[in-house]
Amino acid sequence: MKGVRHYPGFMALTVLCLLILYVPLIVVAVYSFNASTSITSWGGLSMRWYVDVFTGPEAPRFAQAAWNSLTIALIAATTSTAIATAAALAMVRGGAFRGRGLTFGLINLPLMVPEIVTAVACLIFFTTVGLTTGYMTILVAHITFCIPFAYLPISARLSGIEAVYEQAARDLYASPWDAFRLILLPLLAPGILSGYLLAFIISLDDFLITNFVKGAGMETLPTAIFGSVKQGIKPNIMAISTMMLGVSVLFVTLSYVINRKGRATV
Amino acid sequence: MAGAVTPVSASSDGSYGRARLPLLLPTWAVIGVFLALPVLLMAVYSFLTKEFRGGVEWTFTLAAYDQFFVTRGLFGDEPAQIEWTYISIFWRSIWQAGVATALCLLIGFPTAWFIATRPENTRPVWLFLITIPYWVNLLIRTVSLRFILRDQGPMNDFLIGAGLLNEPISILNTNVAVQLGLFYSYLPFMVLPIYAAVERYNFAYSEAAADLYASRWRTLREVVLPIVKPGIVAGCILVFVPALGAFLAPDLLGGAKTFMIGSLIDEQFRGSQGNWPFGAAISVILMTLVLIVLMGYARAAAKGGRA
Repeated sequence: MKGVRHYPGFMALTVLCLLILYVPLIVVAVYSFNASTSITSWGGLSMRWYVDVFTGPEAPRFAQAAWNSLTIALIAATTSTAIATAAALAMVRGGAFRGRGLTFGLINLPLMVPEIVTAVACLIFFTTVGLTTGYMTILVAHITFCIPFAYLPISARLSGIEAVYEQAARDLYASPWDAFRLILLPLLAPGILSGYLLAFIISLDDFLITNFVKGAGMETLPTAIFGSVKQGIKPNIMAISTMMLGVSVLFVTLSYVINRKGRATV
Repeated sequence: MAGAVTPVSASSDGSYGRARLPLLLPTWAVIGVFLALPVLLMAVYSFLTKEFRGGVEWTFTLAAYDQFFVTRGLFGDEPAQIEWTYISIFWRSIWQAGVATALCLLIGFPTAWFIATRPENTRPVWLFLITIPYWVNLLIRTVSLRFILRDQGPMNDFLIGAGLLNEPISILNTNVAVQLGLFYSYLPFMVLPIYAAVERYNFAYSEAAADLYASRWRTLREVVLPIVKPGIVAGCILVFVPALGAFLAPDLLGGAKTFMIGSLIDEQFRGSQGNWPFGAAISVILMTLVLIVLMGYARAAAKGGRA
């Protein structure tokens, strides 16, 4: 019964949608291998801009920014995943309690507040309490807005795991801690990993909030790229962008595969 | 505003009920102290007095809101009149976000429909293809668009090469570029909720309509759309709200004439020219607008029975 589901032109628009989403990314990836110094003309295939990123005059700046981005993303993703896992246990397995709705709203707050407002609020808060803006303030802000992204796959996964497995373990005299550690945690692991990867990507990608709370002289990769782009798009920026693009796609694909695989086993 | 988290069903057995407090404490502390509190503090700041060199004095005043809404001439001695400068920036932002939302709907609805009518085992792959770009750095995506839309960029080369244009068109630094940028930034947000709604749609309704000689498009308009409307509304909100406060697309693709709320706020916190209470006030006004949209949505969803 193809009839009522089929609308002429919808497939063409879907193809157009995918083209719109992917063509700009593919074009930049292709041009990052351009041998020409000018971004306008094509001078043949070359890796020179990738070499330039690592050894060129801007290399130390990018290396420092990449180091900051990476360590912040690692710490922020780890912390927010731990916090989100605890919250998911209480929200999904904690029974009914007063303030559940409020807690739910709080977890989702970073998604509801417009990013620029979060950025302004964080800057004002850090300045008022006397924290110097820099590495630590970026880290704290990242931990905060990563929580809902980590929470999402963890709570989804947890509500799909029936309580009978832990109950069986408890019936067989496992302590609550052992029931968690030996039964629930392995079952929940794909959700936790998936949440961790998403939090990592969200932290690595953030520009706006970081730009407000980073303070002078502190750069992450996105703010360093933004600073360079303001002077005009140079080929080395396209090489960096392509590498970041690759990392994002890799992580999201991993998160997706882990989640699907995990689902098949429960 | 990415894909709101849905409440978990009441399958909770309460096995972690006793540990609830220590489990939730970190969440309350972190989001409470580093987001809820700062937002409240920001509201307080909007009533403080501006200090030169960017900062505030703790004297309460309505000056920031006065600056936003009221003008008293160049020297402040004329009768108070409505100040249109900032209201028109808000109006432009609403318009730009609205156009972007409409574009997203135009492309997003057919895409969501198409995916939801694929065989069940291929749908996740289609959906995955739609979501990947969302996880790619927004800055990089906006830079890509800027690269493509340049006068000497690939888009113009392509259109001229294909014989569709004789000379390059200048899109960068216009409203159109910003609209395209916002559309491109948030397109995946439109597809996903509509897909969820269409997937639940019972195609027997369409068949019944077809049996009664309704044309395909009439069926779509009068049978399908009212049923999947909650998904469409959710998609529109997920696109409109972040587009309204967007910073990167207007900043990198637009020019001075395409100034939007995000850039206006940003400007208030840059260097010694900044005005923190004014920036806080604009943020409060933006936040109020967003809350109105979200509350309107929540009420409509409650009325419709489901979101």
